[in-house]
Amino acid sequence: MIALADGNNFFASCERVFQPRLEGVPVVVLSNNDGCIVARSEEAKALGIKMGSVAFKMRALMQRHGVKVFSSNYTLYGDMSQRMHQVLASEVPSCEVYSIDEMFLNLRGIPQPEAHCCRIRAKVKQWTGLPISIGIGHTKCLAKAANRLAKHHRRDVGVLHITPENREEWLDKLPVGKLWGIGPQHEARLLTKKIITARDFSLMKPSDIQKSMGVVGLRMLYELQGISCLSLQEIPPLQKQFVSAKSFGRPLTHLEDIEIPLASYTNRVSEKLREQGLVCAAVQVFLLTNRHRPDQPQYNPSMTTVIHEATNYAPALIAVALKLLRKIWKPGFQFKKVGVVLQDLSQHTQLDLFEPKKNWETRNRLQATVDSLHGAVRWGSMGYDESWKLRAEYKSHRWTTHVHELPIAKA
Amino acid sequence: MREMRVTVLGPAEELLSSEEIPFFCGGVRAGFPSPAGDYLEGSLSLQDMLIEHPAATFLIKVEGHSMKDAGILDGDIAVVDRALPPSNGRIVVAVVDDEFCLKRLVYRSGRCFLESANASFPPIEVSDCSENKIWGVVKHVIHTLR
Repeated sequence: MIALADGNNFFASCERVFQPRLEGVPVVVLSNNDGCIVARSEEAKALGIKMGSVAFKMRALMQRHGVKVFSSNYTLYGDMSQRMHQVLASEVPSCEVYSIDEMFLNLRGIPQPEAHCCRIRAKVKQWTGLPISIGIGHTKCLAKAANRLAKHHRRDVGVLHITPENREEWLDKLPVGKLWGIGPQHEARLLTKKIITARDFSLMKPSDIQKSMGVVGLRMLYELQGISCLSLQEIPPLQKQFVSAKSFGRPLTHLEDIEIPLASYTNRVSEKLREQGLVCAAVQVFLLTNRHRPDQPQYNPSMTTVIHEATNYAPALIAVALKLLRKIWKPGFQFKKVGVVLQDLSQHTQLDLFEPKKNWETRNRLQATVDSLHGAVRWGSMGYDESWKLRAEYKSHRWTTHVHELPIAKA
Repeated sequence: MREMRVTVLGPAEELLSSEEIPFFCGGVRAGFPSPAGDYLEGSLSLQDMLIEHPAATFLIKVEGHSMKDAGILDGDIAVVDRALPPSNGRIVVAVVDDEFCLKRLVYRSGRCFLESANASFPPIEVSDCSENKIWGVVKHVIHTLR
């Protein structure tokens, strides 16, 4: 039995934990450089504000309805994410982090999974203030589908269990386009074949699916029928972040030994960014000790930082990753794994919609050259220098990680 | 190009500051030199001493004078543990008028009050003592002497 725990409107909820005035009010969070809307509270969704919509086009509507707008605050979200994951991990035999706000939980051997997940959900809410939903099923695809259904049909309970008995009934309530891994193109084609719901999809002939969607589609079909095909390595990578993490061949204790693999993972993951024309504005680094060795001291730190200029330039990202590593590493632990997560992704061109592409390329080359001189040459007061700066006009405090930005209680 | 040798001594930051305080077990004796070196037992971590549930612990700055008789002063930092149940008599961070306030939680004859520890501040009665209104329980207060 597998569960997927997912933070409800995660970024917006993180903002709410420290600002009670946001309770019951529409809240949106903007992407890096305040470009698009990347998170919405339920109230904001009800106003018809769409995910990914361009912020300035929404400005009038948002002002009219008193929507509270925030720049993304990845330092805060990273810290809250780690807290959420810690609470979840303490309640199940094993688990795996899927994204900043999602975690798969292994429920094997837990007698009443639904009741247990209700307790987990209440614990996450009490300990961190974050509301979550949990979907339970026999496979990862079913758990993911159950999670989505829980958000729409079980909002008060927040937990939904897809069993062999109720499977078809629930899958019939899920539009096929909302299935994990079905993009708009596949959706359009399936709809023309009268495949409307996830149940329709789960009843298709394997040969029909394989023809158009290959082995990925076939796996989804079996997963929806309750036959597990997806292990940890086979999860499709998420586009909202890039992760590179590997276990070491032998446990590493020395900082210098960990720096080398981390730099190489960061380099590799930054290549993926460049391949897709993306830049990132937040970097997270984490370290893991071997949790299967309870006789050894355990320490699983993680830290997130924001970069002032979103980038995909490898040396810059490596420098940030190494700086984070040096902050979280402590002597006396046998580390098993190090990982880097690149977050707050956006299109490379987003900063500069109104400039001709050629200018951009020149500027990128210039940036790269300046970067390569490691601070020996700095930007002068060029007219467009400011446009390189990350716009973050509506950023909340880093409530949990900076001593000068702590929340205040009146006494 | 001439070769240059570099010896890394260690990061300056870590040489200058450390969050761990070396801890010696064994009393101080006058007269004889203490063989303290034999008793060095790792380090004491304030982090571990003050924070029982790291995932549920938040630091909140105190502003105001209403809790002075409980030893909580303006500018102190409260270590708030959301994992602890807000039981009668505990000092809590509560939400009043959309703001955080720090008071003592008191249940009296079926009613719920937020009391100050300063005679010039009257108690506030709250109608709703649910988790939405009680944000967390104050476990320690860090007070810097000025």
